[in-house]
Amino acid sequence: MNIHEYQGKEVLRQYGVAVPRGYVAFTADEAVAAAEKLGSAVTVVKAQIHAGGRGKAGGVKIAKSVEQVREFASELLGKVLVTHQTGPEGKEVKRLLIEEGCDIKKEYYIGIVVDRATGCVVVMASEEGGTEIEEVAEHTPEKIFKEVVDPAVGLQPFQARKLAFAINIPGELVNKAVKFMLALYKAFVEKDCSIAEINPLVVTGGGDVMALDAKLNFDSNALFRHKDVQSLRDLDEEDAKEIEASKFDLSYIALDGNIGCMVNGAGLAMATMDIIKHFGGEPANFLDVGGGATTEKVTEAFKIILSDAGVKGIFVNIFGGIMRCDVIANGVVEAAKQVGLDRPLVVRLEGTNVELGRKILNESGLEITTANSMADGAQKIVALVQ
Amino acid sequence: MSILINKDTKVITQGITGATGLFHTKGALEYGSQMVGGVTPGKGGTFVEITLDNGTVVKQPVFNTVGEAVAATGANASVIYVPPAFAADAIMEAVDAELDLVICITEGIPVLDMVNVKRYMEGKKTVLVGPNCPGVITPDECKIGIMPGYIHTKGHVGVVSRSGTLTYEAVHQLTTRGIGQSTAVGIGGDPVKGMEFIDVLSRFNEDPDTYAVIMIGEIGGTAEEEAAEWIAANMKKPVVGFIGGKTAPPGKRMGHAGAIISGGKGTAAEKVAKLESCGIRVAPTPSDMGATLVEVLVANQLLEKCTTATPANS
Repeated sequence: MNIHEYQGKEVLRQYGVAVPRGYVAFTADEAVAAAEKLGSAVTVVKAQIHAGGRGKAGGVKIAKSVEQVREFASELLGKVLVTHQTGPEGKEVKRLLIEEGCDIKKEYYIGIVVDRATGCVVVMASEEGGTEIEEVAEHTPEKIFKEVVDPAVGLQPFQARKLAFAINIPGELVNKAVKFMLALYKAFVEKDCSIAEINPLVVTGGGDVMALDAKLNFDSNALFRHKDVQSLRDLDEEDAKEIEASKFDLSYIALDGNIGCMVNGAGLAMATMDIIKHFGGEPANFLDVGGGATTEKVTEAFKIILSDAGVKGIFVNIFGGIMRCDVIANGVVEAAKQVGLDRPLVVRLEGTNVELGRKILNESGLEITTANSMADGAQKIVALVQ
Repeated sequence: MSILINKDTKVITQGITGATGLFHTKGALEYGSQMVGGVTPGKGGTFVEITLDNGTVVKQPVFNTVGEAVAATGANASVIYVPPAFAADAIMEAVDAELDLVICITEGIPVLDMVNVKRYMEGKKTVLVGPNCPGVITPDECKIGIMPGYIHTKGHVGVVSRSGTLTYEAVHQLTTRGIGQSTAVGIGGDPVKGMEFIDVLSRFNEDPDTYAVIMIGEIGGTAEEEAAEWIAANMKKPVVGFIGGKTAPPGKRMGHAGAIISGGKGTAAEKVAKLESCGIRVAPTPSDMGATLVEVLVANQLLEKCTTATPANS
């Protein structure tokens, strides 16, 4: 789960990670009030959207007066920002972070992730702050330093010191950098983060080490034990169909194509998208109804697919294991009755209770094209939507 | 022969009194697996009665701890169906009881819990499969997990996969061609887990009854790339690959916690290229996994040896 920068900084502040003072604003008036409360000579107005690359897209403004804060806030609120992470449609700015400006001496990078290869948390640091770490990794991998953390004891001060010296933090500020990294690690572990990225970490003229930006992602599997983190979810940042799907515990991701897919199992769902593409079609979504789906869940899944006006046809691909084919068939029939099936439907059923499932579909009176393999089904639906 | 499990494997179910645990313990018993009991803390000393499809009633003893269950039943493997919040603890309890094998089916375990589990397992004898996996099956001998048993046929092709339903798809394509399986292993879709591809491949490599292997990977991480290098350097048997997620957009978690392209890394294109550069044939679509394997078996003069059943007329 993603959160906004201002929320991330609030979480970090609770752990003693140094961040600039700042307040969230939803209107220009609130932005002005926040600037007055800060009373700093320079104020930064930062657009809050769930995507990186805001600076280059004009989403970060430096104001030298309260009047300028009002001007920039009015300009940014409601504006659609297009960054390399938002896609061409961009994202509308609805929240701003009003933050005190700081006197930046130098920028660095600190990131914490779970490393799949070692199965451990890894802290990464680089002197190349401000640029994307993927670019640094590609062009100058020797400038990224890593420490693997033993979960039994957590990040140790010596490891943080090694990183601080390696990235040339000024000697007199190394202790502050160590304190920063230890606090960041504590926040990462206690809040079950999947990514904590500080880019840039800055050293200021006043001798502070602080997080100028903060990107925190949380492990969705661990949200059950973090009610406070759940409350930070911003539904404006998510696809409406994805929100609807999550209510029914369906795994759904909206895509750009015109063939709706309903599949059981994440791997088969991905492979179904692939095979549609292979035969010249474009999938409209990823949808895994899961192993233990009920008729009701399947009905909801079907409704979500049909609610997408871009969907010109539907491919249901089921390999029944625990998920029985008759349950899927009943769900499809039920949903079609409820919302009215007005688009071509291809169904491929295999596995547990397949005969029963096929019988239910055949006797439903619905216009359903059956397929005897994934490839057969994909070719049929691609032909039907053309 | 087979890998990991066979007709002598004695299995306990952790979370046997829950609906999921009960349902799949019955499924395993129907298949003929030696299910010898279960663990649910607080319900030790009781029994669960399971009525099989043929009317036979099987009594499974319930224990408070894994240690007690092992002492009383001689179990050497366990399967875990406990909810995600308690699953890491269940794995560690099974490791502490020195079982040979623990298979964790549970989906949704916090990643940092699994980081702790892996650290705990260092230097211990237990092998972990999963979590978030369908389990392991050696056809006609032992089924531990949630896969539909009837699609499998005994034979000589090993299957290893990060995805449950794609494993069924592959197995089905083999069985309908009359090609049986030695063992099918679902290693699971989580980023931090027990056995990785290489751990399973090395066992297939040593198993005299496995003649060829299908490896099914997906986007995210670099386990397929590492496996490809290992295969090129060590594998004595032909391997056919498939990678799911060619059309997956970057930065989105595709159902499985581990199936995500992050920072431009872990794409299907990179993985396919790596597999092919290591001499592994990759099926172009998921519908071609069986056919691709057949081509490779023919090229290696193994088709006859691997055809252990009558092909279906489909």
